[in-house]
Amino acid sequence: MSGDIKTSDSPAGDEPKRGMMETERRIDDTRRRSQMLSIWKRLCRNKLSIIGMIIFLILVLAAIFAKQIAPYDYSAQDLTNALAMPSAEHWMGTDDFGRDILSRVIYGGRISLLVALLGIIISLVAGGLIGVISGYYSGTLDGILMRIMDVIMAIPGFLLAVCVSAALGSGVLNTAIAIAIAGIPGYARLMRALVMSIRGNEYVEAARVCGQSGFRIMIREIVPNTLSPIIVDTTLRIGAYILMISSLSFIGLGVQPPEAEWGSMLSAGRQYIRSFWPIVTFPGLAIMATLFGLNLFGDGLRDALDPRLKK
Amino acid sequence: MLKFVGRRVLWLIPVMLGAIFIVFAINAIDPGDPVSALLGGSYTQEQYDDKKIELGLDKPFIVRYAGYVKDIVTDGDFGTSYTTKRPVSTELVERFGVTFKVAVISILIAIVLGLPFGIISAVKQYSIADNAVTIISLVFASMPGFWLALMLMLAFALNIKIFPASGIEGWKSWVLPCLASGLSFIATITRMTRSSMLDVVRQDYIRTARAKGLDERTVIVKHGVRNALIPIITTIGFQFGILVSGSVIVETIFSLPGLGTLMMTAINNRDYPVIEGCVIIMAALICVINLLVDLVYGFVDPQIMEQMKGSKKARRARHKTMGAHAL
Amino acid sequence: MSLLEVKDLTIHYLTDDGDVSAVNGISFSMEKGDTLGLVGETGAGKSTTALGIMRLVPNPPGKILRGEILFDEEDLLAKPEAEMRKIRGNKISMIFQDPMTALNPVMRVDEQVAEVVKRHSGLNKSDSLRRALDMLQTVGIPPERGGDYPHQFSGGMKQRVVIAIALACTPQLLIADEPTTALDVTIQAQVLDMMNDLKQEFGTSMILITHDLGIVAETCDKVAIMYAGKIVEYGSLRDIFKQTAHPYTIGLFNSLPPASSDVKRLKPIPGLMPDPTDLPTGCSFHPRCPFCQELCTEKAPEDKIISPGHSIRCHFYQELKEKRPVAEVGK
Repeated sequence: MSGDIKTSDSPAGDEPKRGMMETERRIDDTRRRSQMLSIWKRLCRNKLSIIGMIIFLILVLAAIFAKQIAPYDYSAQDLTNALAMPSAEHWMGTDDFGRDILSRVIYGGRISLLVALLGIIISLVAGGLIGVISGYYSGTLDGILMRIMDVIMAIPGFLLAVCVSAALGSGVLNTAIAIAIAGIPGYARLMRALVMSIRGNEYVEAARVCGQSGFRIMIREIVPNTLSPIIVDTTLRIGAYILMISSLSFIGLGVQPPEAEWGSMLSAGRQYIRSFWPIVTFPGLAIMATLFGLNLFGDGLRDALDPRLKK
Repeated sequence: MLKFVGRRVLWLIPVMLGAIFIVFAINAIDPGDPVSALLGGSYTQEQYDDKKIELGLDKPFIVRYAGYVKDIVTDGDFGTSYTTKRPVSTELVERFGVTFKVAVISILIAIVLGLPFGIISAVKQYSIADNAVTIISLVFASMPGFWLALMLMLAFALNIKIFPASGIEGWKSWVLPCLASGLSFIATITRMTRSSMLDVVRQDYIRTARAKGLDERTVIVKHGVRNALIPIITTIGFQFGILVSGSVIVETIFSLPGLGTLMMTAINNRDYPVIEGCVIIMAALICVINLLVDLVYGFVDPQIMEQMKGSKKARRARHKTMGAHAL
Repeated sequence: MSLLEVKDLTIHYLTDDGDVSAVNGISFSMEKGDTLGLVGETGAGKSTTALGIMRLVPNPPGKILRGEILFDEEDLLAKPEAEMRKIRGNKISMIFQDPMTALNPVMRVDEQVAEVVKRHSGLNKSDSLRRALDMLQTVGIPPERGGDYPHQFSGGMKQRVVIAIALACTPQLLIADEPTTALDVTIQAQVLDMMNDLKQEFGTSMILITHDLGIVAETCDKVAIMYAGKIVEYGSLRDIFKQTAHPYTIGLFNSLPPASSDVKRLKPIPGLMPDPTDLPTGCSFHPRCPFCQELCTEKAPEDKIISPGHSIRCHFYQELKEKRPVAEVGK
């Protein structure tokens, strides 16, 4: 069953078939879209998930407009005013270099989201590619790839990220790679399952009969149809990625000062834990609020996806 | 059954080989150089080359990998630490207990508290108790472990001085580390139990049980919980991995002499043999736990047990042994 | 003295999407030893009625709003839950539709039967287990399979286990909710025959919920036809099959393929069951009724007794009878 049954190149014979294929795919698209719409509607009815969405949205907006929102430059030092308690000028106080903690927390969100986004892109592209290949050309190659994924999954994600991060060194891109590697097997498995279920559809068969190449079929017919489950899965992952980034930064890997990162801010503030509580409190609260919002949203999303809960 | 366990144990071999390979490969691409790190600031090229040969780093990657695996398998030899010059295996054995103890205590607390919370929450869905449990567990599930550790330290070691902030001095020293790693674990198990129980409570066999005239307690405990266990056990197995790898953080904060601190020190010193040893031991521990989890599935669900047994002949013989677990 | 008398039972499901009127004031009674057939399309409220009698309507969202259920002259709806538990599985028991999911997958079948025996008989554990094995034997399951788990049985065998559970305490009333729908046709007859035999043996009365008029003809003495949460026609087997009066019942019979003559096309009832959150005004059946008149859209018909023991909810049954004598009906 490979795509090398070649029909004549004359377009005349292909036209009707292609037209049908197109319609069928469009029907499939419409169905999927209306499904997404009803999930979205159910999601919007859930108050908690709306709250979660709002929290996350605020974070995203704050990250994008960090420059406009932050009252101070996140790296501007003022050693005369170091370790100042929260006040009207510095709502969350200042750190050991006299930098405004609020501004650093806002910029920290930016770093977290940036690294998480990069990590997701890397793991999605790598894992997705492995999954598509594995699912489309099942057989020995599939077996080998999946066993490799099993092995990677046997090592806890954070441990793997620690090792990779230690080897690559700190920095935005290196951290993204470190957290991405741990995320690859999950995407690969999801993508493989999706491709295997879509591969059996008539319009994919039709495309194959029409002599389209395997690569073209993958790009045109299969990948677009995997998008919505992938988006859902990604939404549920962001929180875990953000947590991992801050954990790595906290133990001295990940993203390090002078960049503002929540985990590294906490790590730097640890030595002042006895005398100056704001420095170990606010960055942590920021992480917690983010994860809380994402968890609320994720719970709502899971409920909305569960057809049994339809009342 | 034995065949299943045998197959499952055999599968551990490629997994562990793969895990060792991955760690080894990651360390091999490390741009940082352990040789220069060990020799300090000034050294001659000759000293450098000697040191490299001494550490065995002159040989090609595959040869080093094969030799490393062979030493582990034949002598349990994980190499020698670059910094302390002691055998890595000795260090691992010394440190293992602390990490294992924290992990096991945290899990036990999480199971003992998380299960009942989740069950109550599911049975009294939408009640005040349910809402309280749901919100509180969500808050704790959203708390990063290292920050929770800092907050606990701030509250109970520095402000109210009940527990020591670091080191090991009696049972009190274990309280905060176990709480720090266990609280989010309780939250996770509570959440999983709740959703799994909600799923089960809607099943037809629960209605059958009610139609028998059984009281609600029997219906929930006898018919509900056992059916809800599979996803909970999966979560416990999964969380164990998170807990063990999270020891890197919690142990560092509370200065506990476990695998986590050992690994952190090794990372800072580029002490490859120790890093590799730590990762391998942690991965092995998690593999063993996952194996146990798979076996527990069998005791919980007779259908899975059947798959493990495989043969129809074994099915007959099983009833006698299974009788004890069927309650 | 009736064994069971249901008066004006009304059950609604209060959901986010609206108020689902599942059962709208139904009344019927049955004598000891009777078998009552409760017939209707999916969504007519048959199962909810059954769950209502057991007081097992899932709450929330379900709620019994009104009515009385007199069992042995005692109102079940007024009983405290603890009293009700003594009745369930003991005096009234129920067989559910899908045997595949009705048994606990992680419990041995003999224990599942023994559990109900132990609960209601006061026997100790080993005696209950012995009784359970006897009961399994009665329904045709060899005792040596008692230690097996549900997944090791076929659908028909599972339904036998379910029946064993239901009959283990020799109940006075057995409610069977489509007990054979999920089974293969060949197994259906076996299970039905067995239920009939056991019913005779134990002197149990039975409410048989089904949408299969063939099964009704074979097993029931009385028949209640349900539509949109109401009983539209009630009577003896003979009344319903030979003196069919309600347009809906006529429609049901017409949609059956007759066994004798060969008919080219079936005559299904046009349209669908109405949305239970938004029932039509007047007679719920009017949008689908071929004899619908203006009155039907405005006023809901009362229950009228047309001959002893035969009642019907229709404004125009009299005219109907003249216009269209019950000819095509019969089996």
